[in-house]
Amino acid sequence: MPDPLSGTASVDDRDGACIVALHGDVDLEKAPSLRKLLLDCVARGKAVLIDMSAVAYIDSSGIASLIEALQTSMSKGTGFGLVSVSDQAMRVLQLARLDKVFAIHPDSDSAMAALQ
Amino acid sequence: MRDGSTTLAGGELLVRLNLPARADRLKLVRRCTESAALMCGLAGHDAKDVLLAVDEACQNVIRHAYGEEGGGEIILELRRTAEALGIYVRDYGPTTDPADVRPRDLDDVRPGGLGTHFIREVMDRVTFLTPPDGRGNLLELIKYLKPEGPTHA
Repeated sequence: MPDPLSGTASVDDRDGACIVALHGDVDLEKAPSLRKLLLDCVARGKAVLIDMSAVAYIDSSGIASLIEALQTSMSKGTGFGLVSVSDQAMRVLQLARLDKVFAIHPDSDSAMAALQ
Repeated sequence: MRDGSTTLAGGELLVRLNLPARADRLKLVRRCTESAALMCGLAGHDAKDVLLAVDEACQNVIRHAYGEEGGGEIILELRRTAEALGIYVRDYGPTTDPADVRPRDLDDVRPGGLGTHFIREVMDRVTFLTPPDGRGNLLELIKYLKPEGPTHA
């Protein structure tokens, strides 16, 4: 069975954090798999950083996955942040007034520094 | 069999899509909507906002009108007048009470419930119309082509 997130998400471990890079369209078709991926990353007990530099499109279902992962990480006391958010994704976060709810970092180095 | 020739509204028809109410068809909806928005002269955030609203409206049909049973269809029409781009989203699910379709309180941060907020935030007019044959739902989304809105002679 093909990976439903193939081409949309890749996961890397760096300095004790889980880096999830999102690519392309993060929509209703991808959101259920993304939700599972993010919750799995949070469950590992590491900080999770979402690289959103290559997100061409994100909708309410993608945002919902991010919110659920954020709230789960907060309940576990682990870090969670968004990195290099693309213009389209930032627009949607601003429309939802979530740009002040998520920790948003301009690049991965500053995000890693904020986790220290 | 449904009468696919029945148009949903006035104005010049740009495109009409009849598609299964499935998540994997939303990319087609977005591409088509963005092209139509650009053809009408909308650009930048305005064009992206329109495709977000149409995507969210179709998502509402997929998730709420047809629910877990799925299998329904969506008829999407994009029309233009001199002043506006009009998008008409038709489904054949149970009739929705517009009073039940409300955006959630944004201060209540939780997953879900943002789609209706996005639609109302980025479109100039959002109205549930009565479908031509009275069945299902017909949602009208209007985006004015000029920031100041319609002109009145």
